[in-house]
Parts: sequence; structure tokens; C-alpha cells
Amino acid sequence: MSEERKITYAQAIKEAMVQEMQKDKDIIFIGQDISGGAGREKDGLTDTWGGSFGVSKGMSTLLGTNRVIDCPLSEAGYMGAAVSASTTGIKVISELMFNDFLWLAGDQLFNGAAKLRYLSGGTETCRLTVRTVMGGGLNAGMHHSQSLYSLAAHIPGIKVAIPSTPYDAKGMLVAAIRDEDPVIIFENKALYNVEGYVPEELYTVPLGKARIAKEGSDVTIIVMSRMLYVALEAEENLKKNGISAEIIDVRSLVPLDENVIIDSVKKTGHVVIVDEALPRCSAATDLAALVADKSIDYIDGPIKTVTSKPCPVPFSPILEKEYLPSKEDIINAVYEATNREG
Amino acid sequence: MEKISIPIDRLGEAYEKMITIRKAEEAFEKVYMDGKIPGFLHLYLGEEAIASGVCMNLKRSDYVTSTHRGHGHFIAKGSDIKKIAAEIMGKETGLCKGRGGSMHMIDVENGLYGSTGIVGGGFPPAVGLGLAAKYKKTGQVSVCFFGDGAVNEGTFHEAINLAAIWSLPIIFICENNLYAQSAPQEYHQKVKDISKRAEGYGIEGETVDGMDIFQIYKASRDAVERARKGFGPTLLECKTYLFTGHYVGDPRNYRYKKEMEYYKNERDCIKIFEEKVLNEKLITKDELMEIERKVERTVDEAIRFAEESSMPDRSEVMKDVY
Repeated sequence: MSEERKITYAQAIKEAMVQEMQKDKDIIFIGQDISGGAGREKDGLTDTWGGSFGVSKGMSTLLGTNRVIDCPLSEAGYMGAAVSASTTGIKVISELMFNDFLWLAGDQLFNGAAKLRYLSGGTETCRLTVRTVMGGGLNAGMHHSQSLYSLAAHIPGIKVAIPSTPYDAKGMLVAAIRDEDPVIIFENKALYNVEGYVPEELYTVPLGKARIAKEGSDVTIIVMSRMLYVALEAEENLKKNGISAEIIDVRSLVPLDENVIIDSVKKTGHVVIVDEALPRCSAATDLAALVADKSIDYIDGPIKTVTSKPCPVPFSPILEKEYLPSKEDIINAVYEATNREG
Repeated sequence: MEKISIPIDRLGEAYEKMITIRKAEEAFEKVYMDGKIPGFLHLYLGEEAIASGVCMNLKRSDYVTSTHRGHGHFIAKGSDIKKIAAEIMGKETGLCKGRGGSMHMIDVENGLYGSTGIVGGGFPPAVGLGLAAKYKKTGQVSVCFFGDGAVNEGTFHEAINLAAIWSLPIIFICENNLYAQSAPQEYHQKVKDISKRAEGYGIEGETVDGMDIFQIYKASRDAVERARKGFGPTLLECKTYLFTGHYVGDPRNYRYKKEMEYYKNERDCIKIFEEKVLNEKLITKDELMEIERKVERTVDEAIRFAEESSMPDRSEVMKDVY
């Protein structure tokens, strides 16, 4: 394993875009500051940002500013442009700097992109991949820290990916670009520096396949995005107390891999769902309903959800920590789900 | 043409406002670099004349909507600098009890209806406040600060058109610092003078030197007067420059070195003010230095107050949602 190539989640995302764009000249990439210093190529001042987190730095130099295109602060405008351009035979990767800006770009995505195939009787599709940034933990405040994937998952016609590892970040992005339907990928800003094994060559991780991140027998912990790592920490503690947890990383909310989830729950008989988003009308409640519907007879104990608290993401570090799901929250939920004493 | 727009007896006030913003932002930057401020920090360094010149024409009850770069607006409009410092450090004694932080502050008592992490987020609220003032016949005006980048947001168009058709008492103040994050103005919009857009909405528009508080004071005074008299909104563009990056830590490598040096050395609004008032013997150097010393003490006290303040109680995370 030590010889495996390790790169960060951010590098994996860039590698996916670069390799796929080099292979397929029909792909363009647009977004705010994804290059930086736009229009100043001749003075060497372009390609100085690479997005708010530097993920795409170097791409406009490598692929040209005709393919890596900086946008003004016009989220509704350029997102709508991405939607229609992606119906014409070119494929568009469109970056939304923070998922909190979905309220601005949302109309074009949810009333436009998501409905096109249905509206056209199945003849038209958007070859659109939206990359956006979610998640708390960096004290970025209430307008830059939300986790809004369940909003997107609510709307039929748009696929929703929430990768947690560098391997999945690359493979799912490639799969999204190649997918015929619009896909929105929620990247977690707190994961950009996480390192992991990533093959150098192009590969796909199919959308709609969950992953057993840790095998276990006593309880199923269903996770998404950064919550994988919090659950892995909890799992170690639980193991010391004689509880064997199986961790299922959902990876893709739409389409959803029901089989892997249900098989695991049937095996363990107990379930905890961990979701960084808010508790009501959410991915967590959706999965809880699924589990209840498909495996209630196998479950011996309450279906527990662990989520952020239902309030805006507070700025103050002490409050944000309290707001986010913690290892302790997961451990306590496992005890409740398995009817054990902590 | 009046020679000095700001009344002589208010020159000290103008200087104090500008220098307070300058010293406070420099102090916040230092505290941030020391790791005592979490999250992102967007400073107003270089743009001090705009908030100061505009807010000198406002009453406490007048409304202001701000941006992600809002500390200067809050200071100039009269917010307690101690509470601002505490807010950006996430303390319970902050303007918003640490819930908002640098980018999300509100101070209704002083007419400040919020900074925002969403570019363009301040336009529609400014319209609503202007509508309320007109409906209630209070004589208040509503001032909306924003940057050149925000002009490309749809909310700009929608809000300014509403303000125009309803003839609302609103002053739209564009702080054109030539960049929308890393995007130079010449890339992100074709128009150079943003005030030209006023014509498209049928309202008054003017461009002034945003480094000259005298021009800003005069233009905003006239716009406020028009608004109070019921003659509707104005789009006032102030050409300025940001001495720091988009955020603290931004290496500014998308900008020209010469440009940064030029603005810092030749176009500093505080130096321009000092030279003018000293050359024309409107105020003495000692008077300016006395103001500066007073401001330094105020800023030091504010930082100390913030540092010594307690963090919020984590059991209160869910308070005030409904």
C-alpha cells in the first residue's frame, strides 16, 4: 500500500478535469475566479487564483482561457448559460464558488437543467456538471458554510454526488462529466487537503453506487461527505467498547444505492444516519424513511439520525463546533440505536 | 463651485472617521495574522473616504445596507467599534453576539441593516427600507453600498429599477475599486464609468474621485438632499482602490505592482485629505495628530475589549432561531 500514489482531494478534482478536458476537446469549464486575473494573460497575471481554494490553478494556462473561462459575479447568468450551452453538443463544467449561492443560480438549474429531458420528451439533455463547495468547520459564517445537497436531491432530473475521498472525488467527477444528465457535485471545503490513494489514469466511480467504508456487524452507520471521517473516529471508540460498526458512504444521493444500504441494515439490525446538513426534510430523514420502508422487520431499535443543529451556521468557533455533528453525537446515537448503555 | 465642501467645523470629524477605519482595519489585520480571528476577513483599507464622506450626510436613523467588506460602513455610521472588534473575533459581546462574524453583521440601532456574504445581497433590502421610509413619511434615506463586481448581479438591475419607478429615497453608492475578487473591471464589464448606467434607469448618476472625501461629501450630500425632498434615487460611483487583497492573505498576484504602488503612494485618501487641509491652513498638524492619538487609544481599547470578552455559551447555539 505504501507505494500507492497519494494526492489530495483538491488535486484529485483538478486531475479529473485536466485529464478529461485534454482527452475531450468538447469540454469547457466556467466559473468565478477559476483562473484569476482574467484578461491579463500577456502580462502574466492570469491564472493566479484557481478558484477560492486554488483547486483549478494552472488549468487556464494548460488548456487556454477559451476553455477555462472566468465569469463575472453573475451566478444566475452564467449558470443559465452553462445549462443551455451544454445542450448543444459541448459539455460544460460550471463551478459555483459556494453552494450557498445556489439561491442565486438555482432557478436556472432546478427550473431549467433538471426539467429539460422530461420537457423534451426525452430527446434533449444537459451535459452539465456543476461543481460547488459545501460544509462547515472553517468559521466561514452563515453565507459560506451551509450543506445544501438535499435541496438539489429534492428536484427530479438532476443527479447529486457528495464524494468524501480523493479517489471518489476524481472518479465521480469523471463520471459526472461523461454522464448525459446534469450532475451537481458537492465538494467539502474541509476535505480539500485530505490525502488518499488516487490512480494516475482516468477512471470512473459510477454515480449511484454506495461504498462499504468499514465492515462491521452490530450497527450500520450511514454517512456522507466529511461525516465519513467523523464516523471512522467514532467507530474506533465503539470497537473498544465491543461494538462493531459498519460504515456505508452513500457517495451519491441521486441516484441512490438502496441495495447496499438495505443489505447492511438487514445484516446489523441497527442504524444511525450521519448527515452534516440540517435535520428536517433532509438526506438523513429521507434515508431514515427508506430504511423504515425496506427493512423495518430487521431493525431492533430506533432509527437514529445525527445532523447539524437547526439554526444558521454560527460564526463563533465555539458555536460552530456545537452546531456540527461530533464523534460523541455519533457514539451516543449508536448506543441509543443498539439499546446499549454508554 | 464650492472650494471646500465639508464645513470647516466638521473637518476634524471627517478625519476622525477616516483614520478610525484605517487604524481599526490595520489592527484587525494584525489580530487576524496572529490567529485570533477565525474565518475570512475582508478589509476596507484604501476606501475609507467613501463610507466617511457619505455617512457624514446621514442621520443615525437613516438606513445603510453593506457588503462583505463592511467594517468601514459600520464604523462610519456610528457602530461601537468595541462591538465590531468583538464580533469579528466571535465573542458574545459582539454586535451579533458572535453569530455573524466579519461578513455578517447587523446594527439596527444605528441604521445598519447588515453586511452580507452574498455579493449583491444588499440591493433589494435597500429598496425595502426606502419604500418603508417613503410610506411612513419619516424623511429617512436608504444608502446602499456595493462594489463594481456587484453591479453584474441581477439584483442590481431589479433593485435600482424598483427604486427608480417608485421614486424612493435611496442613494446607491458604488465603491468601484477596479476588481471583483480577482477579476479586473476591464474584464468583468465593458462600461468604465458605472454611473452611466443611471441613465438606463432614468435616475441621477455621478462619478466622483473616491479618494477625495470632499467630492464624496458633496455628491452624497446633494443626493441625500434630493432623496429627502422626494426626487428619487441616485447612483453615485466613487472610484477607489483597495490597498489589501480581496481577503487577508490574498497575494494580489493578479494586479500590477505599479498600480498598487501608485495608489498606495499617490492616491491615499487620508494623505490627500491631510495635504489639502494643511496646505490651505484649515486645520493644524497638531490638531490632526491629536485626533490620531485619540483614535489609536480608541482602537487599542476596542481590541483589548474584544480579546478580553468571553466566547458565547455553547448551550445557546439554538437561541433566537424563531
